[in-house]
Amino acid sequence: MPTKPAGTLYRGKTGMWSWVLHRITGVAIFFFLLVHTLDTALVRVSPEAYNAVINTYKTPIIGLAELGLVAALLFHGLNGVRVMLIDFWRKGSKYQNVMFWIVIGIAFILFLGFAPRHLMHVFG
Amino acid sequence: MVTIETPRSPRSRKHAQWEKWGWLYMRYSGAVLLILIFGHIVINLLSGEGIKQIDFAFVAGKWASPFWQVYDVLMLWLALIHGTNGMRTIVNDYTERETVRKALNYTLWIVCGLLIVLGTLVCVTFDPCIDQAMRASLEVCKG
Repeated sequence: MPTKPAGTLYRGKTGMWSWVLHRITGVAIFFFLLVHTLDTALVRVSPEAYNAVINTYKTPIIGLAELGLVAALLFHGLNGVRVMLIDFWRKGSKYQNVMFWIVIGIAFILFLGFAPRHLMHVFG
Repeated sequence: MVTIETPRSPRSRKHAQWEKWGWLYMRYSGAVLLILIFGHIVINLLSGEGIKQIDFAFVAGKWASPFWQVYDVLMLWLALIHGTNGMRTIVNDYTERETVRKALNYTLWIVCGLLIVLGTLVCVTFDPCIDQAMRASLEVCKG
């Protein structure tokens, strides 16, 4: 019988899956950041160029993608707080599992606050 | 398959110090970015008309204040370095050949540096007067 791994925070269950999600959301946000820096740089080219590109952010499809972006930011940011608590707080690793679900809960509530208002702006 | 020959061999002292600063940077910059980015979303996407209000005039209105210029430049530097360092960690984890790893990491930091220079210049040299309507209405564009 293989023995159950003990004291491995990042192996299996929420400890591992939060790490996987943190990576995936991080990569997605990174690539958005590259694009967002470039589209904002157009304010130095001309108002017409900037407005033309920024108007694509107001279309239904990109508007929906922005919900995904905000969801990714909420998870990555709040899970980042959880990572800091694990690293810097004496009892952090003991409560990492419950903190994961708190992160999901807070992210979900904040997302529910954001989504209707954003959808109203995009489709209204 | 990757074989790790001497997993217990320590890094050089200098390298270890450098990694420690990177590790700390991810946490401290992350804490600041949490405030800056959520503030950015509240102001730009939740207040007023949300995404629909974003245009050249909106940016000009914000960057008329040094507060938002500093805010945005700080967010740019912290986020790009945070993101690039995260990507570096991922490259180090998944690349098998040293040349590929080095090439990807050099590319990441070059792109990071270029975007920091570009974004900072765009913000500090921003000129609302390139817009015709602004030229007619703004005091700073006259004379």
